[in-house]
Amino acid sequence: MRLIVQACILGLLTGGVYALMASGLTLAFGIMRVINVAQGAMIILGAYLSFSAFTVLHIDPFLSILLVAPVVFLLGTVIQLAFIRPLRENERQQLSLLVTWAIALGIEGVLSVAYSTTYRSTITSYADRSWQILGYHVSEVRVYAFAISVVVLGALSLVLSGTRFGRAVRATVQNPASAALLGIDEKRIAALGFGISVATAAAAGAVFGMVWPFNPGSHYDLISRLLTIIVLGGMGSLRGTVVAALFMGVAEAVFSVTISPTWAPMSFFIVLIAILVVRPQGLFGVTERGAL
Amino acid sequence: MSRIRPIGLVRAAVVLGALTAFPFLFPANWIVNMAVFTLMYAGLATSWNLLGGYSGYLSLGHVAFFGIGAYAIAIAFQHGGVGSGYVPFLVLPLVGIGAAIIALPIAWVAFRTRGPTFAIVTITLLFVAQQLAFNLRSLTNGSQGIGMAVPPFPAATYERPFYMAMLALFALSLLCCWYLRGSKLGLMLFAIRDDEDRARGVGVSTEAAKLLTFALSVGLTAMIGGVWAYYLTFIYPQFAVDPLITIGAVLMVYLGGKGTLWGPALGAGLLVPAQQYLAYRLGASELYLVGYSAVFLVVILALPRGIIPSLTDRIAGLRKGGTGSEVPAESGIGVAVSQGVRS
Repeated sequence: MRLIVQACILGLLTGGVYALMASGLTLAFGIMRVINVAQGAMIILGAYLSFSAFTVLHIDPFLSILLVAPVVFLLGTVIQLAFIRPLRENERQQLSLLVTWAIALGIEGVLSVAYSTTYRSTITSYADRSWQILGYHVSEVRVYAFAISVVVLGALSLVLSGTRFGRAVRATVQNPASAALLGIDEKRIAALGFGISVATAAAAGAVFGMVWPFNPGSHYDLISRLLTIIVLGGMGSLRGTVVAALFMGVAEAVFSVTISPTWAPMSFFIVLIAILVVRPQGLFGVTERGAL
Repeated sequence: MSRIRPIGLVRAAVVLGALTAFPFLFPANWIVNMAVFTLMYAGLATSWNLLGGYSGYLSLGHVAFFGIGAYAIAIAFQHGGVGSGYVPFLVLPLVGIGAAIIALPIAWVAFRTRGPTFAIVTITLLFVAQQLAFNLRSLTNGSQGIGMAVPPFPAATYERPFYMAMLALFALSLLCCWYLRGSKLGLMLFAIRDDEDRARGVGVSTEAAKLLTFALSVGLTAMIGGVWAYYLTFIYPQFAVDPLITIGAVLMVYLGGKGTLWGPALGAGLLVPAQQYLAYRLGASELYLVGYSAVFLVVILALPRGIIPSLTDRIAGLRKGGTGSEVPAESGIGVAVSQGVRS
């Protein structure tokens, strides 16, 4: 029982980071109906950039988010303009999967050349510290990681609900044709939205690098988890994504202590199969275009 | 619907005849080695096209079944000898049928989704297969991989049996594609690709058509995986279930022309030698990944419909004697509208 509670705490903290990673995927899917298979690679890119900022410039990984996220935001906007926008409307859904997969390969290749394929980890002075709460170990760095994820997610939802840009994004998600009629520049929204979605990935990557070791190939592992999460949450629902991410974080941790750590990644796929059999539209899925 | 057109028959006879003669004309080991991989990808791309090209369902997890085929052959022959060396080829049909049977329940679950969600589910399939290959140690020997006996083929023509096996599987995939195109099942698939709901509405048993095609497509893929494993005689999880294999085959389909008969093979014929050359020049360095990604982006952005459809359009346009190639062929509405304007 103790073990399971401990696993739930750990899983919840991990789930918060998953939520940040997957929310970008959901945002991009909501706006453009594009599934960004390169999201995992963007996370790893963020992890490496923050690793470099830490080892070379001695910037704390959490602070480095302020540096890394804008860089990756620009990269994402350029990718959207150069590779996703030119795709024809009726083929965009299919071709964007392949295009973003190719981008993921490209990023993996560049990172392998720049950093080699050995596993890295951003190890801060507080990496090994932990608090004792009611007799349970709670790793400090994981709590910070969770907190940062909540902050970034909160900022994202504030932007979406409170600003003019956010309203334009939500209008585009709900009904692109009417949004365009009302004078919203859908193309601009798509480019900026894609930039934001990968910037959240980079922010999550900085956090990821502090908690888990990574190498350029780690993005495959990540993207398989994230894709499961967005299917589980119901494609395009931000609330569903957060709930699904927390749920999967806990499920994975509990699976790991009760059954076997080597089989823990399978928990994602078992849940995925179950959800497809029972409720193919996901937890919060809607059959029509959703509200983010 | 006339099934066999003389020109098609001649084309198939010439290409397959030339391919059969190839290793006798160019017997150097390294050339035949490259040809084995070219034919392997031609087969993979052609069998992927059965599902992806004809029904429009984009599967990115076919390599899971490639891995299943590879492991089936490797596990079956890891301890015992391979006799004269031809036994593993003879059990390939069993591997294909086995993989097709395994695929049915998996496909049933995956086909509960459509469009991009289906693609996601197939991507996760790839990771499931990789996980199983790593974790089922008693069966797959985990990350250490499985070795098989090296077949007693003469060194000078060592590649030839593998070449012929790959050629046979490629020809079989091609035959399936060709047969499907004119069959009732093929028409069902085209109807699904164009509008699945309407197809179901008019009484097409879409579920059966999709399941059958998925099983056929991955059965062929698994057999090719089996030959590949036997050729290498040593397989690891990360090579047998390498995402690059699927993505490579898909790229070749798009390059040659999705949904066409010869397009995937043409794509393989162009890309695999280039890929082998790149790998040779850039060595094991990951720059190779960057080159691959660049080729991919160029193909998708510059030639989204592939070589064969673009060429046939151009030729049709020339025959009409105008710039008729501007009519968007794949969109029925577009054609109707442009014709409406003209009349």
